[in-house]
Amino acid sequence: MSDATAPAVELSRLRFAYRAGHDVLAIDHLTIARAETVFLHGPSGSGKTTLLGLLAGVLQATSGQVRVLGQDFSTMSSGARDAFRARHLGYVFQMFNLIPYLSVRENILLPIRLEAARRARLGTASFEAAVQDVAGQLDIARHLDSPIAELSVGQQQRVAAARALIGSPEVVIADEPTSALDTDRRERFLELLFQSCAKAHATLVFVSHDHTLMPLFSRIVELPEINTAARGSGQSGTPAAPAGRGRA
Amino acid sequence: MLILRLAFASLRSRVLTTLLTIASIALSVTLLVGIETVRAGVRESFAGTIRGVDLIVGARGGTLQVLLSTVFGIGSPAGSVKRSTMERWEAHPAVKWVVPYSLGDSHRGFRVVGTTSDFYERYRFRRDSRITFAAGRAAVADTEVVIGSDVAERLTYEVGTPVVVVHGLRDIGTSSHDAHPFRVVGVLARTFTPIDRSVYVTLEGIEAMHEGEAVAGTGAPAPAAGGTTGVVREESTVSRRSTKDRAAAIVEANTRRAASIPVAPPPGTPMAMPGAEPPPGTPPMMPGATPPPGTPMVMPGAAPPPGALLVMPGAEPPPAVVQQVKQAAATAVASARDRAAASAPRPTTAADVEHDHGDDQITAFFVGTKNRFEALMLQREMNTDLVEPLTAIIPGVALGELWQNIGSAEVGLRVIAIFAVAISITGMLVALYSSLEARRREMAILRAVGAGPRLILSLLVLESTLLAFLGCVIGVAFVYAGLAIAQGPIEQRFGLHLAVRALGTTEYTYLGIVLVSGMLIGFVPAWKAYRTSLVDGLSPRA
Repeated sequence: MSDATAPAVELSRLRFAYRAGHDVLAIDHLTIARAETVFLHGPSGSGKTTLLGLLAGVLQATSGQVRVLGQDFSTMSSGARDAFRARHLGYVFQMFNLIPYLSVRENILLPIRLEAARRARLGTASFEAAVQDVAGQLDIARHLDSPIAELSVGQQQRVAAARALIGSPEVVIADEPTSALDTDRRERFLELLFQSCAKAHATLVFVSHDHTLMPLFSRIVELPEINTAARGSGQSGTPAAPAGRGRA
Repeated sequence: MLILRLAFASLRSRVLTTLLTIASIALSVTLLVGIETVRAGVRESFAGTIRGVDLIVGARGGTLQVLLSTVFGIGSPAGSVKRSTMERWEAHPAVKWVVPYSLGDSHRGFRVVGTTSDFYERYRFRRDSRITFAAGRAAVADTEVVIGSDVAERLTYEVGTPVVVVHGLRDIGTSSHDAHPFRVVGVLARTFTPIDRSVYVTLEGIEAMHEGEAVAGTGAPAPAAGGTTGVVREESTVSRRSTKDRAAAIVEANTRRAASIPVAPPPGTPMAMPGAEPPPGTPPMMPGATPPPGTPMVMPGAAPPPGALLVMPGAEPPPAVVQQVKQAAATAVASARDRAAASAPRPTTAADVEHDHGDDQITAFFVGTKNRFEALMLQREMNTDLVEPLTAIIPGVALGELWQNIGSAEVGLRVIAIFAVAISITGMLVALYSSLEARRREMAILRAVGAGPRLILSLLVLESTLLAFLGCVIGVAFVYAGLAIAQGPIEQRFGLHLAVRALGTTEYTYLGIVLVSGMLIGFVPAWKAYRTSLVDGLSPRA
């Protein structure tokens, strides 16, 4: 399926618009190598979340190419992208990552129970061993049987990270996962996340507007610098949208 | 199965919404199935008012008139039937038994039925229940009465209570038969049919009652009847003795009818009533004349003259038919008279006429056939009886006809039930949909960790189907639980037997509709989830 030598992410001539004629993203070229930890920085409204949607295969580019692990999303069906995401990607949301009515253990197990290929990567290890391993790395092994509601926000984000990492996906995408955490916990969380990614040889694409975290990453990408849509039509981007709606 | 685990866990996590949704579906299913059960119960109990009787035969009149007046005691019969007519038909090869049924008197608002003890044997109601006695026994002597359970309850009568019967259906202004007091000898067990509201006496009882009245002089003046007990008694003896002869004569008349049609009527035959002028008190009955509605045809001590049998209230035979019937009947009467005269030891013309006058009048008679398939044929034969205009009805058919007329209420019930289901299904949609709003995040997470749209769809459809299914199961359980609890009280209070029975096609159709709409409704939020979770899932504002 995926090319083992291909870069983790490769974008070329990417354009994306929610409404025709109003590009939110226009990126000529971006390559992220395997096992890089990338800090994707940009202010609110700069298209960070949209870019992550494209990388996760949840959104489909209007034009241009999105290649993840050598796979061109534009040639894949929505179902194939779902399967690809389940197999190769881990995803951590800003907050509310967990399914509230499942236990910590069940939340972590979701990806490998949903996707056979991800399950296969556990090798001979049992589900329980895999959960224990990843939970141990993220220091939540004590909470495996707790109800979600009893966990702190920091613990919940670590559970989300554990879920993203189980079954060793090649790429982990994190969408401001630390925004709800205080500074001490942020660094602790990132430390655990980096360790786990390193162990799994996973590429980490981390989006945030928080500059203080930058030094921890191997690479910084300033989204406004590469997103020509935001630069070129700074006025016609977000502010122009209501006017456009008014005309329509 | 992950999906089952997810569905159950998700439903359990919203336990209140889930329970309320299930309850709302269950209640409307209860309503649907309950209405269906009540409807079936009402229909069943209605159809079960009379069973075991293949034909009810009364004077010529409407089908419903015969049914209502005899079985339900509503309205008045179109007229009366001669007892001899009943006996004549009793001799018919297809007839197994006949039971006379004589109305016209009442006791404190309850109708009095004159019949024989065969009535209690032959009458069936509900499925195949027989009339049973809660106390006492059948009336045998002419002073004995049997009362229905409502009568016993309302009037607090029991075996041994003396009873006074009144002519006519109301107590006021009519003559009471004080001269002939009755005594209760039996109380019938409750049947939840009009039987419960009736008083039963023997035919002799009715006869004796009216005799007593004649003696006491409180009845309508009936000079021509002679007015003495002896005469009346004698007449009935004669009439009974000559039954066979007259039956033969009538059969002969019927078979001769075709032949006699083209023949010119014998001069004067239609009105020929040898030696007997119509009694002065008898209302004039002319062909085509309609007596005032409700005129009782049973006139104590004053039976109509022979000519009157050709004219029945409400019957409007075309003149040609009247003519034919007249002929035939006249022939039959003449023939019967001849034979009676030949066989009877007292051949006075006056006595003969008197015997025709005195031939007991009954309101109707019930017929059981030897073979039920012959009922239809027999009905046709009776309806074309040339001697006496009769209307024979098949009770089941007539009840069905009546139900057609009054059954529109059940359509109303059904419409209500369907509205109830529509409302509860809408409620289910609202509940599922609003829960989905709260679960957008959940859907986004599932999609992000690799759940495809198919899994999301299956999850939501599974959940809504599960709710609908549980609602159906609980609703049906409610109905049966309700039946178990309320069956007795409802039967006692309303006389409505709600049978505990397996679900029928109608119920399964209703349940199917509820299930399928529950399932389809799951598609709506599922479709919405499919469309929005893609965007929602990655949007920070969600």
